[in-house]
Amino acid sequence: MKKAEQPFHFMTVSYLTRIANEMATTLAQLKQGLETCSDTSIFYHTFQTLSHHHFLTQGFSNDFAQWVLAGCNRPELAEHLASLDIRDYLSLAELRADLQRLVSDYCEQYPHEAEQSAFEPFFFYEAIGVEVPLQMEAWTLQEFRDGLEKLSHAAFHFHFIASRLRLHLRTNDFSYWLESALDLGKLARQVNRIDIYTNTLGSALDRIISLVEKELHS
Amino acid sequence: MSETMPIPLLITLDDYTPVLGEPEVAELRTLAARLQMRTVQMVNSTAMGGGVAEMLNRLIPILQELGLAIRWEVITGGNDFYEITKAFHNALHGGPYTMPPESFDTFLAYNEQNLLRLQMEAEFIVIHDPQPVALIRTRRDRSGHWIWRCHIDLSRPNPAVWGFLEPWVNRYDGAIFSSAEFARHLPVPQYLFYPSIDPLSEKNRELEPELVRSTLERFGIDPQRTILTQISRFDRLKDPLGVVRAFQIVKRYFDCQLVLAGGGASDDPEGEAVLSEVREAVGNDPDVHLLNLPPWSATEINALQRGSTIIIQKSLREGFGLTVTEGLWKGKPVVASAVGGIPLQIIHKHTGLLAHSVEGTAYQIRFLLSNPAIAERLGEQGRAYVREHFLITSSAKRYLTLFLHLSGGR
Repeated sequence: MKKAEQPFHFMTVSYLTRIANEMATTLAQLKQGLETCSDTSIFYHTFQTLSHHHFLTQGFSNDFAQWVLAGCNRPELAEHLASLDIRDYLSLAELRADLQRLVSDYCEQYPHEAEQSAFEPFFFYEAIGVEVPLQMEAWTLQEFRDGLEKLSHAAFHFHFIASRLRLHLRTNDFSYWLESALDLGKLARQVNRIDIYTNTLGSALDRIISLVEKELHS
Repeated sequence: MSETMPIPLLITLDDYTPVLGEPEVAELRTLAARLQMRTVQMVNSTAMGGGVAEMLNRLIPILQELGLAIRWEVITGGNDFYEITKAFHNALHGGPYTMPPESFDTFLAYNEQNLLRLQMEAEFIVIHDPQPVALIRTRRDRSGHWIWRCHIDLSRPNPAVWGFLEPWVNRYDGAIFSSAEFARHLPVPQYLFYPSIDPLSEKNRELEPELVRSTLERFGIDPQRTILTQISRFDRLKDPLGVVRAFQIVKRYFDCQLVLAGGGASDDPEGEAVLSEVREAVGNDPDVHLLNLPPWSATEINALQRGSTIIIQKSLREGFGLTVTEGLWKGKPVVASAVGGIPLQIIHKHTGLLAHSVEGTAYQIRFLLSNPAIAERLGEQGRAYVREHFLITSSAKRYLTLFLHLSGGR
């Protein structure tokens, strides 16, 4: 079994939620908030919310879309916001720009609706992450598989979803290591293709373990 | 004066593994590794009774087992102190404040007296609710990390009382609220910590089906027929009359029973009046069961929730709504009002159904009774949501993360 030159270091992260003293009661205020809120707020309502609601495999993608649908009853805009796939973004600035553009275009097109009060306010939160190493590393595919089995949802989210913002690549920590350290490009691509919107964090992790086991037995 | 509470150690962290899974429990230990023997003091105003004491009774043993050197202190005071703090509590919920102006001095005098006995020297000090808020006057040279944990809704406080408390709160390093809606604009960082339930407590632990069945039968409820249940004090803000009206609408379409169970009618004149009104509204309908339960009925409440087809919480105003959390945890479909902390728990059509009126509540119940597969899915997703966010272990994780954050991750 091939031994990597660099091990995979398993990490986890735990998030505090900070109340951002900013809220929106109309689409126009949401547009304003998207301009002024912090990057950690954009992260909270898109990347982290996927972890919060990961067990919902239908109809939930990010907090902005959910509020526009449930709080403002604007399904068209909600669908557009929900269609943003966080895997397409390598920085929060790009994601913020697209969120702003969608809300801004809608407000321009429907100025009357932009000022209508929502059923409930949207509160901006911020995610404060504390990263902690898990004292667990993998040098081989077997050790990698054993490590995967011990990952919490937070650790899995850190390596598989939030990692794009760290790597600035359209991949995740697992795929990056599988390809660069073990030269397993095909497995890396299979792992990277797993749909995080139609899987729970648990089922996505199970799929990866299953793919790795298949590779181990091939 | 103040006393340090003995810490119960009956349930261990390993007992949570079947509920959470090994990785989640291991993660708590990983987070706590950097906090070994770091000192923590939690301070509140009562050792027993009330949600805060109940939560601390479960949270503190977990943090202690994780290796933190944690102490739980309870401040004390005379009847005049508790009259004032009760008046504070009502005023902070928006009511009038009728105590004399010197009550503020009395409040501060009792905080000062408690400081004669308490050694506030831990690295992390968490002060719960307004009663001990002025203990921070003992702080010297920005030592330690002081956090104020507010468990009550401050969205519409009486200005006189909040005007007195706010300068004290602003001296802390941060404040914790249960919901952004309950928070105030403060110059210090504010964190969101949801309240939580203990899945191993008597009110929430798994029960044998036989115990559930026998409990229902003991109360004259037919386990074979549809059961709609609201667990709440007999309090107008819980809208028991609205629940009865919703039930009467549903009953036109479905054979079902209604259980309204809760306390508060024995020791509270208003509770007794509300119960009488409900009795009158129910008339002689044998399918409505009004259960005025004593405070030690945790197992009975657990069984009633587990034996129910649908859980209702049709409150007009609500705090966080832990009865909703309990219902969701038991995998039940929940129909509840969109008030207070309930929308934080019920994502409409995902983890339950929200309603805004009697008719809406009745409609959502009828929808679930007509679509049992959807009801089952909502129940499963509601339970999953509680597992991730509203269990006592999540609270422990939040405190560990806060302590790590405050100490710069060291």
